[in-house]
Amino acid sequence: MARATPPVELDETLKGTPGQLETREMLLNVGPAHPAMHGIIRIVATLDGEKIVDADVEIGYLHRGFEKMSEMVDYNGVIPYADRLNYVSPLINNMGYCMAVEKALGLSVPERCHYIRVIMSEISRITDHLTCVGASAMELGAFTVFLYMIKAREFLWELVEMVTGARLTVSYCRVGGVKGDLPDEFHEQCRKALDETRKVLAESDGLLTRNRIFVDRMSGIGKISADDAISHGITGPFLRASGVDYDVRKDCPYAVYDRLQFDVPIGTRGDNLDRFLVRMEEMRQSIRIIEQALRDIPPGPVLTDPETGRPMAAAAMVDRAKAGEIQAIADARAVTDPTLDGSARPLQSSIAAGEKRVLLPAKEDAYGNIEGLMRHFKLVMYGHGVRPPKGEVYFPVEGANGELGFYVVSDGADTPYRVRVRPPCFFIMSALPKLLIGDMIADLTPTFGSVNMIGGELDR
Amino acid sequence: MTAASLLQAIKDRFPLATRACHSYRGDATVVIGREFLLEVARTLKTDPAFQMNFLMDMTAVDFSAFGSKASPAFFSSSGVSVKASPQIPDPDPWLGPPGPERFVVVYHFFSLALKHRLRLEVPVDEADAEVDSLTSLWACANWLEREVWDMFGIRFRGHPSLKRILMYEEFVGHPLRKDYPVNKRQPLIGPVN
Amino acid sequence: MFGEGFLTSRLEEALGWARKYSIFQYPFVTACCGMEYMATACAHYDVDRFGAGLPRFSPRQADVLFVVGTISHKMAPVMKRIYDQMAEPKWVVAFGVCTCTGGFYDNYATVMGIDTIIPVDVYIPGCPPRPEYVLDGLLKLQAKIQAEHATGRRPPSPDGFGGASPAPEMRPEVE
Repeated sequence: MARATPPVELDETLKGTPGQLETREMLLNVGPAHPAMHGIIRIVATLDGEKIVDADVEIGYLHRGFEKMSEMVDYNGVIPYADRLNYVSPLINNMGYCMAVEKALGLSVPERCHYIRVIMSEISRITDHLTCVGASAMELGAFTVFLYMIKAREFLWELVEMVTGARLTVSYCRVGGVKGDLPDEFHEQCRKALDETRKVLAESDGLLTRNRIFVDRMSGIGKISADDAISHGITGPFLRASGVDYDVRKDCPYAVYDRLQFDVPIGTRGDNLDRFLVRMEEMRQSIRIIEQALRDIPPGPVLTDPETGRPMAAAAMVDRAKAGEIQAIADARAVTDPTLDGSARPLQSSIAAGEKRVLLPAKEDAYGNIEGLMRHFKLVMYGHGVRPPKGEVYFPVEGANGELGFYVVSDGADTPYRVRVRPPCFFIMSALPKLLIGDMIADLTPTFGSVNMIGGELDR
Repeated sequence: MTAASLLQAIKDRFPLATRACHSYRGDATVVIGREFLLEVARTLKTDPAFQMNFLMDMTAVDFSAFGSKASPAFFSSSGVSVKASPQIPDPDPWLGPPGPERFVVVYHFFSLALKHRLRLEVPVDEADAEVDSLTSLWACANWLEREVWDMFGIRFRGHPSLKRILMYEEFVGHPLRKDYPVNKRQPLIGPVN
Repeated sequence: MFGEGFLTSRLEEALGWARKYSIFQYPFVTACCGMEYMATACAHYDVDRFGAGLPRFSPRQADVLFVVGTISHKMAPVMKRIYDQMAEPKWVVAFGVCTCTGGFYDNYATVMGIDTIIPVDVYIPGCPPRPEYVLDGLLKLQAKIQAEHATGRRPPSPDGFGGASPAPEMRPEVE
């Protein structure tokens, strides 16, 4: 057992003389593999006791080469890569990229498609904020809130899966439209999911917003002033919590946001608590947007009468044609299931721009007649496909973390020449040292949680 | 300001610096010579007519392979050249790559007060790939310039610490250049597969 | 050599049973698969019912390394170091197709499959895998743990399952 050393008494008169107690700063390496780092990032904090004196942030551990890969695939092939940028709100990335390419093409999509994209974006925004608030609450010890919010997120993911087929990485939007129309039961399922989300938000609100421990840990920490935030290029809920009113949906509206009524919550102090409150309120506003959009969405196509020919399942038609029975199927009309859950609505006319050289034909046409087959071939085969005219465009949308912009340069070929994504959390992370310095080491976790760093977007 | 009046104001203010300008698809774009960058950026930020307080984005484009992708021989006329629809503005045609130089550093600015955007393009030669740094004006330029250095190899005069940000320091080369093959790996550990 | 007697085989079964139902995982989460990992660990799909509900964020205290999400070349040395710091017996689960084979990120930055660096026991492909697949992979891992002998040496079994790869310390270090 070590011998106990006698306590050292600090004598101010001894300063500068040998034998006095000296303090040194400590370097603490947080990450890259760390439970509180959402994803992988390294913060080398210089500590003076408990206080952070300096913080050096190192990123790039998830660099997957999005921009280089998007030069290798065609325009629609970039969409899966774009999904995995901000992977908690993939539909917003989809929408931003597709709208940028549509701007380069000079293409406008039908209204129903805009409404569908807005609804799916807002659902994605809610899932992003749920994950962010839930994870940062968990790191402060409020594990129940995390479980509740993930439960709400599951309801929303089931809804997304019903529409797009996948829970997380959806690849739903296409250049010029979306993959498929909303299923018939969407309106009710959506209302149910939103009711559950509202309940969860009310519960979490009751658990956290006036909770003494939570408020004490979050308020006054991680402050950034509005000028600093603007100089760092920060946008989104982070900027709005510092008091600056900038929301791409209101200031540079796109899709149908200018017709929808919603409020944009603005904070005052710019600390962690304000960011939490702004995100909670944004979720409620997103619910409001979705409900308005569901009310205003122009109706989808109704089941049309069969025109000519007896209906035949498309796969069966292909099999019989391969067997050589062309005469027997000459009067048949191919029927396929355009959406996933079996509704037989034709999907192209109201959710996709009518531009034949950009959009894949309906499966009935692709299987049923030669023009559809040729159109399909020309759009899908390597070397053909969507070719925007030569030019460059920049299109910003409001991502969950801020302004998500896509800068697309096209040289007339079938693959993009350059795709640049303006990642909103890159700018917030560049301001992280400023947020951390002056606070204590235990405040690193809530501050970093409120940054909502998503590795896929930060490092691309 | 609208895109046209913004471009006119910049041309009037900087007649020597402006090499070209257009507003393809409604995006106001100005190409300037690189020796004027700092002065133009400072004016854009501080002048009440522009008030560009946000440096939204900074990136670079390598134009060395522009238009060189071979079209498929059989269907070479099958490209989609869609004319602009009335809902998407296209007052000006695109002028093509900004210059004979290989790289172009592209800046996107936004003004919160006046709600207008501007794209600034600065052509940079490959032999002397260096531009002034904007870290004195906007704090986000620090990381953005590090990324452009990392991915393209363009240096920034006056940057406090220009080192790699997304790749590791042992990496040789600049991945987003057109002559860097996409799957040339330089692993730190493990096999090169 | 491998204990063919009654008592030792009962002991090995009991050890296997105890080990498989008390998995302390190290979730090495990097990317999008982390969201599905969170979904699996939470209330709806609940991995806690399988005994694997407690993540230990220190490699010394963990026995299963769940590598969740893309590993880039910058991150690979860190992952190798964490794997080396874990104590025997340890297992590795490659969660998500980026860890199995590199996914569709075939470029300068990504490791094409973490089995080029560390030995992997269970591969769970998917981009990202649904929670049901993850639970299926977890059950396969539990079967593998059960089949393992107490000494940690896994004998080759006739159907190739439960003992295919040699024990980790026998593999040469790749540098």
